[in-house]
Amino acid sequence: MIFIKFAALIINKTFMNTYETVFIMNPVLSEDQVKETVKKISDFTKNKKNKITHEENWGLKKLKYPIQKKKTGFYYLIEFQANGSFINDLEIEFKREERILRWQTVKLDKFALEYAEKRKKKLTDKVKNK
Amino acid sequence: MAKNDVTYLSPVDIEINKHEKYCRFKKMGIKYIDYKDPDFLMRFLNEQGKILPRRITGNSLKFQRRLAVAIKRARQIALLPYVGDNLK
Repeated sequence: MIFIKFAALIINKTFMNTYETVFIMNPVLSEDQVKETVKKISDFTKNKKNKITHEENWGLKKLKYPIQKKKTGFYYLIEFQANGSFINDLEIEFKREERILRWQTVKLDKFALEYAEKRKKKLTDKVKNK
Repeated sequence: MAKNDVTYLSPVDIEINKHEKYCRFKKMGIKYIDYKDPDFLMRFLNEQGKILPRRITGNSLKFQRRLAVAIKRARQIALLPYVGDNLK
């Protein structure tokens, strides 16, 4: 029993997964309000030893079907490293936030990580070329 | 037996369009199907937004499964519709 507890402790402390979250914000918000909500979420993910590896702003996009009677929304993507137990807290935080219409958190496996690296490179190259 | 009846010893070769189906993910070396790319996923949907079966697209079972997951994720964040009309 002691061994199991010990092993669990080690795993909990050292084992970090990479996750990716996309969330949609209310289109009625002003720019400052959008920044505020994004900051709130990113600050929440930053604490507890988590690390944000990538952020992406997709801007205002048209939804393919209405959510809460809204046809557009501000998209935002965050990629971070965290413990699995953190996801539950994040989910609760999303539920509390009224400005967020929808969110989705996905765990990245090894293929996804490879793909994410490529995608990041492409995006940075685009910015440089501009 | 009537005179006109013709009997064949071996079955007749009827020419059918022999298009070899192949899995494009295997061929192009795609290992991860991204749910954030709706334009690409659109190729595997029909006009109503339903996922096309394997017998039409020729995907391997492994990638058909992953494709289905990707499409369902894209639907969840409203990048693809659950039901559509004249998508293409």
